[in-house]
Amino acid sequence: MTRMTGPIAVIAAPTVSRGKPFVYQRHQPPESPPRVVLSTIPSDAHTWNLLFLHLLLEEQGWEVTNLGACVPVDTLVTESAARPPDLIVVSTVNGHGAEEAPALARAVRAVPALVRVPLVIGGKLDTEGSVDPDAHPALTEAGFDAVLIGPNAVPRLLALLDSLSQRGHGRAYADAVR
Amino acid sequence: MPSADPARGSATPRPGPAHGGAFHRFMADAARSGTLVVQPRMGFADPARMRAGLLATRGAAATTVGTLTLDSFTRVGDYAAAARAAAQGHPLNGYPLVSMPVATTTGLLDGVHGEDFPVQVRHGSARPGRIVEALIGAGLDATEGGPVSYCLPYGRTSLATSVRAWREACRTLAALRVSGVEPHLESFGGCMLGQLCPPSLLIALSVLEGMFFRQHGLRSVSLSYAQQTSAEQDEEAVHALRALAADHLPDTSWHVVVYAYMGVYPETRTGALALVADAARLAVRTGAARLIVKTAAEAARIPSVAENVTALETATNAARSVRRTAPPPSTGVEEEARALVEAVLGLHDDLGQALIRAFARGYLDVPFCLHPDNAGRTRSVISEQGRLEWSRTGSLPLGPTAAVHSSRRLTSSGLMYALQHVKTRYDAPAVSLARAS
Ligand code: B12
Repeated sequence: MTRMTGPIAVIAAPTVSRGKPFVYQRHQPPESPPRVVLSTIPSDAHTWNLLFLHLLLEEQGWEVTNLGACVPVDTLVTESAARPPDLIVVSTVNGHGAEEAPALARAVRAVPALVRVPLVIGGKLDTEGSVDPDAHPALTEAGFDAVLIGPNAVPRLLALLDSLSQRGHGRAYADAVR
Repeated sequence: MPSADPARGSATPRPGPAHGGAFHRFMADAARSGTLVVQPRMGFADPARMRAGLLATRGAAATTVGTLTLDSFTRVGDYAAAARAAAQGHPLNGYPLVSMPVATTTGLLDGVHGEDFPVQVRHGSARPGRIVEALIGAGLDATEGGPVSYCLPYGRTSLATSVRAWREACRTLAALRVSGVEPHLESFGGCMLGQLCPPSLLIALSVLEGMFFRQHGLRSVSLSYAQQTSAEQDEEAVHALRALAADHLPDTSWHVVVYAYMGVYPETRTGALALVADAARLAVRTGAARLIVKTAAEAARIPSVAENVTALETATNAARSVRRTAPPPSTGVEEEARALVEAVLGLHDDLGQALIRAFARGYLDVPFCLHPDNAGRTRSVISEQGRLEWSRTGSLPLGPTAAVHSSRRLTSSGLMYALQHVKTRYDAPAVSLARAS
């Protein structure tokens, strides 16, 4: 499923703004597209991963709210709760994901409106280079539906996007992420 | 040509030259003898491992200085999280300097750090106040950063906040001079996001940050340049950086530090070590005084002590095979860098204010940077010849001809292709070698 890229083609203007996220203007799509909030953990400054995932998600027809670098958990929770998205993607590569992301997941899950929103994490989650998705059970225990790491991470995310948009927004996500 | 010898100009304009300052003195001596100093990016949460890393760096078959690379919690000011993780024995991506008792840090440095082996603190914080206090408290006198280069790539702190915080930090560091210690500060401006930023902008940022440091009292600085996609273009760039520094940093002791490639790194051991070896050759050919290495683990995880030592020694061996050469024919990198620097200097006498205005107007605009204070109107492309060029110059004061205007839309695969350019080139021989055997 390839849809139009939208105006990120012209990477113009700031793509994120402090506190308030900048959402790319899209040409009015035929039906309202599924929405994803893209974030990272508070300590992680890397953005090439976010830029890559932003483009990828848009190319798949998703409307992306990219919260940028070093996102405070409060910002993520407030932005997501204001308009619950169909998916939350957390990307982190600095090696602190295993340490810092469980608290993020608990904070998201503590908000009633976000209890059932599919929440996935991926990237480089520890400092040892683990690529086994089962290496961090604490992440799923804390509320992540899927841990996408290793060579298969991006294909698994694409498969998840497909099943989420086929099943309708946010429904049956538990099946979708498996 | 004006010399990059750090000793030059270190007879400071203030009463009484500072004689102390381990890092400053070490670099001055090395530059005088023409020896390339090599340095790791190394940091661990565990003090014992950190000490072992410094000892191994000192013991490597190379002329080295040591590094304390700080962890990400400390970088963003979450000292409590750093302390908690360290207390639980969890690994971090660096040493939590602020959260550790001073005695722990002085203890791990004891008998390691000194005149013959200075240690620099490398962090990545837009608000470095506590870090600077902690490093001074631990008896150190050298660090890295800058109001722009430790802001835009490192989070969401506003540029104005970073400029204020860095002005204070510079003054705190510079105050060491009263006690006879010459503090040293390195600009990260030659790196920024690590990749896909054309050389002229990296040079301009490095020089402007060096001038900012000088405006706030420092007299010993280094200017960085990170290896990019083309060896020839990089050589031209480092020569250009030296020429601009000579003109813009009077009465200042300065040297150039080259960073081994800072973008997506080769995965194969052969490719990774070949890339750091090329960085060492770049440093020697251009007369840079210092090189910061990358290891064979770069693409995957935090490197071990042994992997760091291998990188330091690989670089040193490569450096032996080349000597300083004349600059290659100009393709205009120096002119572009000068145009950027001069446009910024024209905006305000206070360099901090000038930098803030320059980013607001898009005179300085880092390609692909998502920071809210970056205009985001520029774009770069890797040419057929492997050089890093502007494809869109936005409001950069470069004139209309500087960019090959491109209307190509940015896609995830197009971005990935550019990001992997260097990695692919260096991994390819190793991969085909493995297939052949
Ligand atoms: C460029 C870079 C930087 C730049 C970043 C600038 C910026 N604003 O983005 C600079 C130089 C500033 C930088 C700084 C630091 N960096 Co850095 N950086 C890199 C580097 C060299 C390339 C990253 C890159 O551009 N990747 C391109 C993108 C597209 O790929 P990616 O991020 O890997 O993401 C891919 C996959 O991981 C996956 N993925 C990622 N997230 C997700 C999420 C989901 C859901 C899915 C499905 C997939 C997925 O998809 C992507 C495409 O395949 C890497 C090493 C490398 N890879 O070569 C180190 C690296 C990521 N950095 C690292 C570290 C530790 C840091 C620092 C903490 C400094 C330090 N201690 O060394 C600071 C960060 C400070 C902070 N507060 O976080 C470590 C992380 C170690 C670890 N995880 O064990 C690395 C691996 C280097 C290393 N070996 O030490 N860095």
